This record gives sequence, C-alpha cells and structure tokens, in this order.
Amino acid sequence: MATVEPPVESLAGEPVAAEATAPRRRFGYELLYFALRNRKLVVGLSVVLALLVLAIVGPWLTDADPFEFGYPIGEPPSRDYWLGTTSAGQDVYAQFVYGLRSSFIVGALSAAIASLIAMTIGFVSGYRGGIIDEILGMLTNVVLVLPTLAVLIVFAAYLSVGSLVAEAVLIGVTLWPWAARAIRAQTFSLASREFVSLARLSGAGSTRIIVREIAPNMSSYLFLVFILLFGGGVLTAATLDFLGLGPAQVMSLGQMMYTAVYSSALQLGMWWWFIPPGLGITAIVGGLYITNVGLDEVFNPRLRER
Amino acid sequence: MSRYFARKIAIYLLTFFVAVTIDFAIPRLMPGDPIDGLIARFQADPTASEELHGYFTESFGLDQPLWEQYLTFWRGLLQGDLGPSIAYIGSSVSELIWAALPYTLALLVPAIVLSYIAGNRVGALAARRKSLDNTVLPAAYILSATPYMWLALVLAYVLAFKLGWFPVSGAYDFSLQPAWTWEFVRSFLSHWFLPFLTLFLVAFGGWAIGMRNLIIYELEADYANYLRSLGAPGRLVRRYAYGNAVLPQMTGLALALGAVVAGALVTEIVFGYPGIGSLILTAIQNRDYFLLQGIFLLIIVGVLIANFIVDIAYVIVDPRTRTGLQGS
Repeated sequence: MATVEPPVESLAGEPVAAEATAPRRRFGYELLYFALRNRKLVVGLSVVLALLVLAIVGPWLTDADPFEFGYPIGEPPSRDYWLGTTSAGQDVYAQFVYGLRSSFIVGALSAAIASLIAMTIGFVSGYRGGIIDEILGMLTNVVLVLPTLAVLIVFAAYLSVGSLVAEAVLIGVTLWPWAARAIRAQTFSLASREFVSLARLSGAGSTRIIVREIAPNMSSYLFLVFILLFGGGVLTAATLDFLGLGPAQVMSLGQMMYTAVYSSALQLGMWWWFIPPGLGITAIVGGLYITNVGLDEVFNPRLRER
Repeated sequence: MSRYFARKIAIYLLTFFVAVTIDFAIPRLMPGDPIDGLIARFQADPTASEELHGYFTESFGLDQPLWEQYLTFWRGLLQGDLGPSIAYIGSSVSELIWAALPYTLALLVPAIVLSYIAGNRVGALAARRKSLDNTVLPAAYILSATPYMWLALVLAYVLAFKLGWFPVSGAYDFSLQPAWTWEFVRSFLSHWFLPFLTLFLVAFGGWAIGMRNLIIYELEADYANYLRSLGAPGRLVRRYAYGNAVLPQMTGLALALGAVVAGALVTEIVFGYPGIGSLILTAIQNRDYFLLQGIFLLIIVGVLIANFIVDIAYVIVDPRTRTGLQGS
C-alpha cells in the first residue's frame, strides 16, 4: 500500500466554535478517506457485498425450487440452466443461490452469538480480574482445546439440527474462545487507563464502565473480531453440512458438496455441481478476511505505512 | 517450570473430564426413552436389535441412580471398552478406530509439520520482500479461506480426473493387500499425495499470514531498532525477530490442531480415504452412536496429547517458562 497523506484541509483550519462536533465528524471523514483508498478493503468488501446481493436477489431470478426434481439429468451449464443440473435432475443455480442465503444467515447469526459470549466473558474477566478472571480463563481454555468439530458432530448427530437458527446457535457456542481471550487482553490494557480510573472515582459501576467507557474505545477491534467470527461460522457450517449434519430441509452450500460427493459427481466429471458451492464459500470467507485486513489498516494508522 | 506444567495439566484433565461428561450426558438429555429412541434409528435386523436392546440397558444401566451410571461409564472407558459398533455388526468400536487411525495420522502428521515449517519460512520471507508480500499474501488469505473439502474436490478433479496423474480415491490399489512391498508403498504414496496436499495447502496459508504479521511487528520493536542503530547486520536482526515470532506461532499451532483434524476428516471423505473421517461419515449415516462417541473421545485425547507435545516444545524454546517467569 502506498503511503497516503490525509489532505491538510481536513485536519486544520476548522473554526474553534464547532469544536464539540467537529473532531468526531472529522475523524469519520478521515476514516472514510482512508477506507476508500484502501485497495484491500474495497476489493474484499465488494466481493462480500456482491455475493450478499446475489444471495438476496438470486432466488427471485429463478422459478426453480432447490429441492425440486424433474429437470434434465446431468446437464452442463446452458442458457436454460445457468449452472447446469445435478445427476438427480435438480437445478444447480437454484441450489447455489439458496445455499448462499443460508451461509450468510448462519454466518451472521453464529458470529453474533459468539461475539456476545466472547464480549461478556472477555469484558468481565479483563475488567474484574482476580478469581473471576481465573475461573473464566479456565473455562475459555477448556473450550479452546476441545476440538470444536468433534463436539459439534456429537451434538448435531444427537439433536438432529432442524433449522438454520439451531445450527447457528450450536456453532456460536463453540466459536467464541479465541475471541474472548483477545477481548480480555484488550480490556485488561484499557482498564488501567486514566479515563477508566476517573470513571471509577466518579462512582460509576462496573457494568456502566464496561458499556460506556471500555467497549466504545475498542469498538473497531470488536468489529474486526465479529468479521473473523463470521468467516469462521460460515466455514464451520459448511463442514457440518458436508457431513450431513446440517438442517436437511434447508439448502446449503455444504449440503450441495455432500450430495455431489455422495453421487460421485467427481467420478462423472460434473464440475458445475461441486465447483460453485465451494467457490461461493471461499469467496465469502476470503472476502471477509481481506476486508478485515483492510479495515485494520484503516483503523490503525501504524499499519498504513506498508 | 513446574507451575507452568501444573497449570497446563490441570487444564487438560479438566478438558478431558468435560469431554467425557458431554459424551455421557448427551444421550441422556435426549427427549423420550433413550433406548427406544436409539433402537428406532438403527436399520438393523430384529435379532440384532434385540441384542442391542440388552446391551443398551446394560451399558446405560438406566435403572441405577445417575451417579452410579456415571461411574460405570468412566470405568468402561478407562478399560478401553467403547462398546460394539452398529454400522459394522460384529466389530467393536476400538477395533474399528485402531484400523482407521494409521491412515489419518499418515495424513495429519506430515501435513501439520511440513505446513508449519514451510508457512513460517515463506511468511518470514514475505515480510521483507515487497514483491513476495504482494503475491504470497493474497494467495495465503484465499487458501486459508478455502473449505478443505472443496480444495480436495478441485485437486481431485484437476490432477486426478482431468490429468490422470493421481488416483481419485482409496488408500491403495484395490488389487493389492497392505504389505511392505515396493509395489504397495508406491500405490499407497500415489493415493496419499492429494489428500496430503489438500491439508498442507490450507494450513500453509494460515501459517504464512501469521508469521508475516508477527515478523513485521517484531521488526518494528525497540530491540530491533536498537540493534539496527548499533549497526548490526540485517541478518542478525531478522534472526532475532524470527526467534521471537516463533513463540506465538507455536501457541497458534496448539490452537489450530482442532481445525486441521476437522479438515482431515472431510478431506478423507472426498477421497474415500479409509481413515477416521470416513468412519465418522459411516457412523453418522448409520446412526452408529457408539462409534461416534468413541471417535469423539479419540479426537479429544489426540488433540490433548498433541497440545501437550507443543507445551513441552514451548518450554525448550522459551527460557522464560523454565526460569519461573510467566511465558506469554
């Protein structure tokens, strides 16, 4: 990334009277300025948004139902069937766009659940310290070493996941440990700053200090954590669906690959069946990761140098 | 050092305890009568289901108080009794696992070790060469975002189906029997390469990114600037930076194990490789819960042991853990 100097006008020469609102707005403009000039952010976000639009609009562009049979069998992509058909006579395009939808829903939901748990544990443990920190740290470490997928496989097999929400909850409650650790470390360093001590001196309670003083000061960091959890959630869901443990009544990209492998699409050379779903997942998650790097550079001036 | 190990071992024991408890609790948390629920899902013939009903009643011991059931569960577990398999009638779960385990380890161990070494090297190089940074880094991000099973499918389609360089599935040629002959080893290796490559590539991406970021951070640290201002050669500074960056990477290795194991499971399924992953799929499709629970415990124990090995390596690499200071 080439070094970009902010335009001098935006940093100086503002009237003093507008001091109360101007710094905040100026800060926002500056962020936007760097955001639009960060190639990684623009590329990553465009990919993710394009797929999001496809996930929302795509199903309206076809009459086909992802589970409906009766189309020609094993057709390669053509004008009538944009992504071809499966060996059972289903429309791959319909499956793909509905699957994209599921990926976004599960990713967002599981990331939201995981962030909530990670923030609760990270804030409390980083701010309170002492014995609470020890206990929560132990809990985090235990969940951290437990191989997530093994736990999920056993849970999902027994509970037979029936809906996207149930799948997202299952994934969300196993995804949080690394995020909780990271948030705890950040909270720990913020908790010893002057403005936090000042708030404590003025008689504010722990919850108030965490919500009003600490969380806003690491909001950009929390946002980055959410993005990474989103990507992790999409990948985990794909793996579960690929093992046939996701909701069977909802089309997902992982389920497409499961069916493709199960129906020997590989041995039949039906690339149009298994390439799109994985490409979709890679594009969503890769786009999110690159967005994350770009955003990190925008938020953190030290990283802009490179 | 003993304090460091005491903490780690406490966490491992606790984790194992939690895992076994989960394993114990899940079937009992199911709504309805667990035995009827289980039997109803088996697609076994009536004589087998009769036998199973007896086994379940005995193994669950549902007439006994819960704490006694729990103790019985532990006792069976510690004696290595994981129950009979339902998908493969006549085999015990432990037998099936021991037969599949070597294949999974043959994929996992080389993939983890080699991707770690190569990823660290390439990441460190990328941190100081701009041209490399601009090519390797995006590739690494895309690789680490790739679902294992999809990369497996793509590699199998291009290198095996289209070009015919490698066989598409299995662990060795069907006409051969496992033996230490040159022919078998060659067949084994040609079947082994693609699943290995899949695991290697995805894991490699993660290591390269991590190392690159850590090296950049270390090269900006005070000690690096100080060394440079003293006129130390760049090689020396980079060596110190690498040494410091390896520590968090090793912690990362412990954390990434679970994900690589998961990757190995789905990769095996794509290639029809007869390891633990294929066993899991059979267990899921046949609702073979004993098999599933046995594999679950195996994976947990395996990951814990691997974590412990990383911890020991950490003590060797990081002197702070030895002198009683807290390592990161």
